[in-house]
Amino acid sequence: MKPEEIQKIAETEHDLRMAYKYRINVCCSSGCLPFGAQKLLKAFEDAVKELGLEKVCKVARTGCVGTCSVAPVVLIDPGNHLYQNVKPEDVKKIVQEHIINGRVLEECVYKNEAYFSKQYRLILRNAGKIDPLRIEDYIAVGGYSALAKALTHMTPEQVIYEISLSGLRGRGGAGFPTGQKWNFVAKSTAKPKYVVANLDEGDPGVFANRTLAEADPHAIVEGMVIAAYAVGAEKGFIYIRSEYPLAIQTLKKAIEQAKSYGLLGNNILGSTLNFDIELRLGAGAFVAGEETAILSSIEGLRATPRPRPPYPAVSGLWGKPTLVNNVETLANVPLIILNGGAWFSKIGTPKCTGTKCFSLTGKVKNPGLIEVPMGITLKEIVYEIGGGVPEGRKFKAVLVGGPSGGCLPENMLSLPIDYESLTQAGAIMGSGGIVVIDDESCIVDTARFFIDFCMDESCGKCVPCRAGIPKVKEILDKIMTGEGKVEDLNVLEDLSYLIRDASLCGLGQTAPNPVLTTLKYFKQEYLTHIVERKCPAGKCVLKKVEVIKE
Amino acid sequence: MSERIVKLIIDGKEVFAKPTDTILKAATDNGIYIPTLCYLEGLTPHGGCRLCVVEVKGNPKLMTSCTTPVSNNMEITTNSPKLVKYRKQIIELLLSERIHTCSVCVANGNCELQELASKFGVDHTSVSRNWERFELDMSHERFVLDHNRCILCTRCIRVCDEIEGVHTLDIKKRGKDSMIIVDLDEPWAASYSCTECGKCSAVCPVGAIYIKGKHLSETKKKELPEFIVRRRSR
Ligand SMILES: Cc1cc2nc3c(=O)[nH]c(=O)nc-3n(C[C@H](O)[C@H](O)[C@H](O)COP(=O)(O)O)c2cc1C
Ligand code: SF4
Ligand code: SF4
Ligand code: SF4
Ligand code: FES
Ligand code: FES
Repeated sequence: MKPEEIQKIAETEHDLRMAYKYRINVCCSSGCLPFGAQKLLKAFEDAVKELGLEKVCKVARTGCVGTCSVAPVVLIDPGNHLYQNVKPEDVKKIVQEHIINGRVLEECVYKNEAYFSKQYRLILRNAGKIDPLRIEDYIAVGGYSALAKALTHMTPEQVIYEISLSGLRGRGGAGFPTGQKWNFVAKSTAKPKYVVANLDEGDPGVFANRTLAEADPHAIVEGMVIAAYAVGAEKGFIYIRSEYPLAIQTLKKAIEQAKSYGLLGNNILGSTLNFDIELRLGAGAFVAGEETAILSSIEGLRATPRPRPPYPAVSGLWGKPTLVNNVETLANVPLIILNGGAWFSKIGTPKCTGTKCFSLTGKVKNPGLIEVPMGITLKEIVYEIGGGVPEGRKFKAVLVGGPSGGCLPENMLSLPIDYESLTQAGAIMGSGGIVVIDDESCIVDTARFFIDFCMDESCGKCVPCRAGIPKVKEILDKIMTGEGKVEDLNVLEDLSYLIRDASLCGLGQTAPNPVLTTLKYFKQEYLTHIVERKCPAGKCVLKKVEVIKE
Repeated sequence: MSERIVKLIIDGKEVFAKPTDTILKAATDNGIYIPTLCYLEGLTPHGGCRLCVVEVKGNPKLMTSCTTPVSNNMEITTNSPKLVKYRKQIIELLLSERIHTCSVCVANGNCELQELASKFGVDHTSVSRNWERFELDMSHERFVLDHNRCILCTRCIRVCDEIEGVHTLDIKKRGKDSMIIVDLDEPWAASYSCTECGKCSAVCPVGAIYIKGKHLSETKKKELPEFIVRRRSR
């Protein structure tokens, strides 16, 4: 295929889309599937046929719209009308009223201005708008035109220049400048080179990468091909956990379609670029998402991290230069190539550009997958987008950054979301998990919960993490059962510093964050457990001790 | 091409090294001591015990000297109070992770962990000790595998894989439940791949793999891997 043909497909598809007056997008992603999305899709197709509206109205399957808490969801365009909790028996009425009578059924529509108004959907630009199983849908909205532009009008150096100019930083957690990383791989002389897209997403309660793959798989594929062109790679792997069956299926299909269109394989779009993508399934270990563990796993070894240096950019898969990027990072790439790095650099803050997806969960009114510009405050996320904690409860803390994130109190809510501010506060960007905690939760219990997770997920390679985390948990257990002593807090802190500073990989290095931040911001609650032998949240059952009288 | 030499400063002392050297090698060659445990010359560095961590100026992270290559003008501190404290803590964690009662151990007096503990003055642990007992594998006519003393340094796995070339030993499970296994978790006597070379017992730093009826002072040979590698490359 030639670049011009992409343009032609885009035009034809666009005309096809325009031929319909209405488009009914039925979300069929993982959040809506368990609520009968597939049946709903069929019901809409049947209803449209029955009422003879096939020429006017297109019924399409789409990916997650971002309001999974009111699943199943149907989005009717034009006008972006989002119907919530749609039942098959409502379908006829919706079609009858909305399509035939042109009347929006306000009572069934999701009403929450704030939820969307503060969001900025770049990465999720196509989620809920296109059929993820049709490459033509992606091309119709401009897909693969960035690749065509890169291959025909840009040198690899220019591609890297634009990515650097954009200020894009890794969305996998560490926030490393993407352009710089690409440059390292491009400069490495050994061959062959590899591109690895990281879709391991092992954090509990985080589902942004899965959503992206289910809703817009070609954005990942296109980002990877552009990356391959920029760094000179011939082979790519998407590493995805096997617990994501729908995302796997969707990506498989996307790769097949891209191959059949000549967007993968030899001489991509008539250029000299040869690049292929293979899926690799992980067995669901959190640590397997660490960038060197992922390499071991792809090579068929135990997924344990390796010491760096050497960095993957120099010695990665089978000792060859390897680019490891998160899928969200990669999904930004086509946009940057199309609109220019300068355009992207104006979104967010100067040091932290673009947008970021967050999985907002816990005690908030509107949980869900959100995408916000960098620099937005936690307060806006929790109170405006999330709608605050449900009635009758009080906000206590927010955990930012997943299981090894930091637990921040109310007076830190004005903190802007960017890598530096979060790290300074003791939290991390991580993979974008935000959990809101209310006054019914015990802070010690919360810290213990996440430490327990990290203990189970430790690979066991290095001593501080393997042997240290269980001791941290033991002390927290003691405090929660009323056997804690004030001195234990010092041991807790000392152990946490060791684990943070001396562990081999990011799992151990960040695992103490929940403990360290709760000790910093909620020390009183620990002391109440230890000294007053009370749990303010009423969660912990503290053993009574007989006070021995002199 | 004449060999390039890099200059670096270790604990305030100017030293020279080959660019392919690790920090550990540069230090050792210049008489500067850095404690190690999982590292063994001749085997691929593992980076697991973290005893050898050092501070590198300008780098906020601690680096393991056994895995980090030197670079020109690097400034390294090997023994700050913080590093010493962390090393003590690591030794404490190792001693409390499994059952280490030296007085009744075959390795008493021939143990690298015990040696380090006394060198660093670790005579008690600030964390509680685990007393869970694992069954010994005594099935083999010559070898004993005692998980109760194992510190999971993987020296045995590496010597078996890299030097003997059979990869009989490996690890099962993960985290605190990690455990050395023979073949696919068979009793040692049932192993098909084990050549009974005994190299694992020669390099085990503690009393976790040893030979029945022999004193450890006779069977331990730390220099074995390095010796073989040197011989092979001639
Ligand atoms: C324990 C652990 C788990 C990780 N899991 C993931 C993951 O699931 N997905 C991911 O993209 N990065 C993960 N990372 C971060 C990667 O190591 C790496 O930084 C990232 O994939 C690089 O891509 P980026 O530069 O695009 O962010 C993890 C890191 C650690 C320490
Ligand atoms: S920090 Fe934990 S997960 Fe990472 S290498 Fe060490 S033991 Fe493994
Ligand atoms: S292995 Fe070493 S430290 Fe452990 S009990 Fe035996 S002699 Fe003591
Ligand atoms: S058996 Fe010995 S050599 Fe092997 S891992 Fe355990 S302590 Fe290390
Ligand atoms: S999965 Fe349907 S809205 Fe999220
Ligand atoms: S000796 Fe370097 S990590 Fe063990």
